Amino acid sequence: MKERLVLIGNGMAGMRTIEEVLKLDDKMYDITVFGSEPYGNYNRILLSPVLAGEKTIDDIMLNDDQWYKDNNITLHKNKTIVNIDRKKRTVIADDGTEKSYDRLLIATGSNPFIIPVPGHDLPGVISFRDIYDVDLMLEASKKHNHAVVIGGGLLGLEAANGLMLQGMSVTVVHLGDVLMERQMDPVAGGMLRKSLEERGLNFLMSTSTEAILGDDCVKAVRFKGGLEISADLVVMAVGIRPNIELAEKVGLHCERGVIVNDTMQTYDPKIYSVGECVQHRGEAYGLVAPLFEQAKVCANHLVKMGISFYEGSVTSTKLKVTGIDLFSAGDFIGDDTTEDIVMQDVSRGVYKKVVLKDNKIHGAVMYGDTVDGAWYFQLLRDQTDVSEIRESLMLGQAHLGDSGHGGHNAAAAMSDDMEVCGCNGVTKGCVAKAITEKGLFTLDDVRAHTKASASCGSCTGLVEQIIASTLGGDYSVSEQEKPVCKCTDMTHEAVQSAIKAQHLTSGLDAMKALDWRTDDGCHICRPALNYYVIVAWPAEAFDDPRSRFINERVHANIQKDGTYSVIPRMWGGVTNPKELRAIADIADKYDVPTVKVTGGQRIDLLGVKKDDLPKMWKDLNNAGMVSGHAYGKSLRTVKTCVGEQWCRFGTQDSTAMGIKLEQLTWGSWMPHKFKIAVSGCPRNCAEATIKDFGVVAVDSGWELHVGGNGGIKVRATDLLCKVTTEEEVIEYCQAFTQLYREEAYYLDRTAPWIERVGLTYVKERIVENDALRKELSDRFVESQKYSQTDPWAERATGGVETNEFIPLTKIG
Amino acid sequence: MADWKEIGIIEDIPKLGSRIVEGPDGDIAIFRNSKDEIFALKDECPHKQGPLSQGIVHDRTVTCPLHNWKIELDTGVVKAPDEGCAGRYDIKIETGKIFISL
Repeated sequence: MKERLVLIGNGMAGMRTIEEVLKLDDKMYDITVFGSEPYGNYNRILLSPVLAGEKTIDDIMLNDDQWYKDNNITLHKNKTIVNIDRKKRTVIADDGTEKSYDRLLIATGSNPFIIPVPGHDLPGVISFRDIYDVDLMLEASKKHNHAVVIGGGLLGLEAANGLMLQGMSVTVVHLGDVLMERQMDPVAGGMLRKSLEERGLNFLMSTSTEAILGDDCVKAVRFKGGLEISADLVVMAVGIRPNIELAEKVGLHCERGVIVNDTMQTYDPKIYSVGECVQHRGEAYGLVAPLFEQAKVCANHLVKMGISFYEGSVTSTKLKVTGIDLFSAGDFIGDDTTEDIVMQDVSRGVYKKVVLKDNKIHGAVMYGDTVDGAWYFQLLRDQTDVSEIRESLMLGQAHLGDSGHGGHNAAAAMSDDMEVCGCNGVTKGCVAKAITEKGLFTLDDVRAHTKASASCGSCTGLVEQIIASTLGGDYSVSEQEKPVCKCTDMTHEAVQSAIKAQHLTSGLDAMKALDWRTDDGCHICRPALNYYVIVAWPAEAFDDPRSRFINERVHANIQKDGTYSVIPRMWGGVTNPKELRAIADIADKYDVPTVKVTGGQRIDLLGVKKDDLPKMWKDLNNAGMVSGHAYGKSLRTVKTCVGEQWCRFGTQDSTAMGIKLEQLTWGSWMPHKFKIAVSGCPRNCAEATIKDFGVVAVDSGWELHVGGNGGIKVRATDLLCKVTTEEEVIEYCQAFTQLYREEAYYLDRTAPWIERVGLTYVKERIVENDALRKELSDRFVESQKYSQTDPWAERATGGVETNEFIPLTKIG
Repeated sequence: MADWKEIGIIEDIPKLGSRIVEGPDGDIAIFRNSKDEIFALKDECPHKQGPLSQGIVHDRTVTCPLHNWKIELDTGVVKAPDEGCAGRYDIKIETGKIFISL
């Protein structure tokens, strides 16, 4: 018989845990869910838009009755569990229903806090917590005019805004002098208040409520000092308290919340708890992102995998009031040990403050322009050293490319029919609709369902803003904590170190040793693992062609019609009449429809049929040319200018240096494509400052620049250092390349890698530590011994993978 | 009666790989997964006609090389959230030989 899992609390945290359990093992448990509300599981954070009339209840259902049926889950709606017999392992509902369990999950959420002033129990005094409350408010707004909202926090303001949009005149009463003081500092809170006042809300700040007046229903509210205002509806939104009534009653250890350990287990080992009712390491969370993180960990233990731990969450928030753009994360107030960087532009209504501690972002608050919220939040969670980017920190970076989104950088200012994603033609309205109707929470979800930002990624920043303003927060996991793919819970970093520590030399070995959930992995993890074993064990690794993306398997670039492009290597971008003649002859011989010069100073033969590839390569080999690796996550090209050999401004022989670097680095596999350029003077005709590794010659030596790229979002390089000799250029280049190869995550280019680890980190290893630089450089040279074989020659004449290029047979 | 045509032996196709058979109506992709199951699909993704034979094979799925759509090898059905269906063909194996029915 299956083990029985019982969930108390049919809300977002509990049900998310059940979903995670089903994802890991859908056959392990016989699952029963008790909920005291008469609904399926709905998206509680979208109650505000329902109140504001922007969404309906149906829009925000996450799991409807059919879902429970489809997943063989018994749902008891409208039943409140009133007791747990821990000895007999049975739960008892208010209507007498009993159910035995092997594992119990308590997710009773929280209760709104009601200030015990006289009159707090009058009809017309409500909280803002569930569908029932929203229904009451909507009903009241039809009959009455005056509403008082007690509490100027996130929930209170959303309730006030909703009631105002329903036509009521609303006064918000706040005890403190700053609205949303848990999310805003005084400046941002003041700007928020001003814009809400402009929309028509009234505020009574620094005011405490003395009594709610009325006989059989609410008539007015009286405040300390004697002021009275009339009210037909009073919404109490002063805070929430973990709902621990049941847990306390049955003797589970509770303080403010139900106490759980890092595996989400309570003091009774058969009972787990997640969500707003728990207290973990002293913290109780009221936002969805931490609850989802808890759910994932809890599920991992419920299915007895027992490998993940919850270590607390850093959170960010946004107010879900349409058209108001604010963001905050972490500790944005600061103390004696922190410092602030502030940017304020009153007439534009923009305010940004970043709090730093030990050169790392400790918190941030922004109003009016939140495009960089996601970036600051990422730097905060990754604890990146920002000392090198301090000057430009406030100017922002934005997960936003330079083109493809019509110049928009603030989603709040866009109308629903405006295009967000230029690659896939997705509008803002379409993204917002998918988030609510399909129950999406993360950037990955949105990408999978709408394709917005799923191609080039240029509009990611806009999509993130739409997610945040629709749901009120950031639910995506930090890159550093993100599992490689759905086949595992391990992060890239954990996989990289396990491959080294356990001497794993093939992707398949790695999947076995690291308990992959799937037999074969998937198109995401297989190429990553294949790369990681090659970097860790260059001499021994098994390079599995079936784990290579097609371009790297057939050493040519697949085109939209299934033909390929062929780009021979031209060292440093230099060619000669003999090579050009050979290329021309080959283009004629194979009827190549398009011949084009690439951005990397090479010649591209496009539209080649797959079975012609080996023949063409043989001809190119015969003319002395080899693979240009224009198809790979590898060293692509070294672009050069003519340098001092011809140029009247040239200070060094940049062409010779480029050729030398290309000869040393060609053939090396990388986490992503890798481009080098060498310019002969600071005029920089080879565009070295937008390359992964750029060399700029000056009269006294060579400047070395790293981490640049053109494309989606142009990023100019950071200056690594200046050196004098050619030998130094080579050693630094090899060391930097190797550090990137060993430590970046697969499919990270140098720019995001450097932005994550910080330039300081890179400098410490490459510039300041001579021994380490030498070791890295030596390891690169060693690994090149195994990678500098021309893959075209191997396939054209060496007998490698010949079947790849010929059909099995012809029939019919 | 199905008209079975012999196209080769299991070992002709790399594990977790694919080979093309040139058919009367275009290329057919023959797949072999890690459990030595053989599948045949029209070599055309329902999305933008990408050659499925060039994709990465995992379990009973192939990921299209052009835009990463995932297609079930046994049914040709595209995995959610994307939608569509690639043409499929019946396959039978007898003493290691692969037969296809068009």
